[in-house]
Amino acid sequence: MKPSRALETIMPWMVTIGIFIVWEVGCLAFNVPAFILPRPSVFMEVLFRLYDPILHHAEQTLFTTVIGFALAVVFGVLGGVAIGASSWVYDSAYPLLVGFNSIPKVAVVPVLVIWFGIGSVPAVITAFMISVFPIIVNVATGIATVEPELRDVLRALGATRIQILFKVGLPRSLPLLFASLKIAITLAFIGSVISETVASNEGIGYLMVAASSRFEVPLVFAGLIVVAVMGVVMYAIFAMLEQRMTRWAFRDGRNG
Amino acid sequence: MASPATVAPDHFVDLRGVSLTYGEGDSETLALEKADLSIAKGEFAAVVGPSGCGKSTLMRLVSGLMPPTTGAVFVAGDRVTRPLSCVGMAFQNPTLLPWRTTLANVMLPLEIVQPHCRTFRRDRQKYVRMAEDLLASVGLSGFSSRFPWQLSGGMQMRASLCRALIHAPELLMLDEPFAALDAFTREELWSVLQSVWMEKRFTVIHVTHDLREAVFLSDTVYVISKRPGRVVGRTSIELKRPRTLDDTYGHEFNEYVHALRRRIGEVRAQ
Repeated sequence: MKPSRALETIMPWMVTIGIFIVWEVGCLAFNVPAFILPRPSVFMEVLFRLYDPILHHAEQTLFTTVIGFALAVVFGVLGGVAIGASSWVYDSAYPLLVGFNSIPKVAVVPVLVIWFGIGSVPAVITAFMISVFPIIVNVATGIATVEPELRDVLRALGATRIQILFKVGLPRSLPLLFASLKIAITLAFIGSVISETVASNEGIGYLMVAASSRFEVPLVFAGLIVVAVMGVVMYAIFAMLEQRMTRWAFRDGRNG
Repeated sequence: MASPATVAPDHFVDLRGVSLTYGEGDSETLALEKADLSIAKGEFAAVVGPSGCGKSTLMRLVSGLMPPTTGAVFVAGDRVTRPLSCVGMAFQNPTLLPWRTTLANVMLPLEIVQPHCRTFRRDRQKYVRMAEDLLASVGLSGFSSRFPWQLSGGMQMRASLCRALIHAPELLMLDEPFAALDAFTREELWSVLQSVWMEKRFTVIHVTHDLREAVFLSDTVYVISKRPGRVVGRTSIELKRPRTLDDTYGHEFNEYVHALRRRIGEVRAQ
């Protein structure tokens, strides 16, 4: 049975609140100390009490994440087009790309610090590095899988490669691009927070490391919640954009 | 009405000793061997043969998407060395773009092919009317603002035909266009294609393995042998036009189908 529209909207909230209640009750029942696992009510209270400093750090994290993500979108789309459109570029660049993506980004941060110093730059670069890969791969797939018949039709008409790219390749890889953007934006948060934990005086990552070194575990959890909420909000924004721009790809659902 | 094949055969499409080899070294395969083929202007030619006989290769050669290994292809008297924009193509898969409406799909070639692409923006209204008229001629009036996925398979094929014909090509190439459709829709589309062709009289090369389809539609049927493909038979179909579906149950029609069936059987047995 398909749940009603109202229930569908309310379900995610119910589940989230339900988990928090179980968590709260569990901690109370087993008497878990706050420096091991703080109750939701405790870290929510910290969240509201330290609203201003947390907001400042959250803004920093959001800023570096969005910049890194934006760079990833630009270079991801360009790289994806290059790799998808040319088998020569594909063959020569793909192994390098996979190798690059396999490197743990946290291991690169110290190098970035040596190059750029502590601050926003390593966070932006880490967010970029971690989120560019899925974008490249998805765009490349969309471009490379243009039906050969369609390509023949257009080539016979005298279409240039650029024309085929703009008329067919790019539009048809839009759904794949948006799917990858939803993954990439959440990965970008991971990247910037990782970098902040190692090399920054600002941002949620820094806040969490500083708090845990002082055993202020509720503040650590408050930081986690903030990152999670920012991730969900950004995800939702891209999901909405996806619905608007690639309605044709969701034909069997509510838009049919 | 006399069949155009018998009137002034001026060899619009001419294949002279055309061979094509795929691959290199050990994996080298001969797809087409010394094919000679002459198709007159305005002729409806069907190419039939067992699967894997290089029928689709023939299409790519004639449209200039692929150069032959030996021999030469001539279209309208000129040797084919690059893709020909006087060609319209449609395939078994309608390959409509799902993000475009039916109208926008049909108008796609106009955005690319010379000379239309230069005046496309300015004369948009004229081109829209052209596309609407063409859609109406295949029975799709009123569907121009629908998206491809809102159309049935047969309707998608009609739209695909319109896209192949919008720039008024002199040569229409069809690669098993109706193979994926159910029998009733297929026969319906035979009639649609015949009436469009009788009105505009472009030259057609129609690749199919449906012998009834070949006999119903074409002036001439070419039989190609299995790999390596060679042209092993040529039959003129002297049935009067317009042909109706009732004709397909007539004695004369079935004689043609039988004769072709026998020929293909021989070719397969070799």
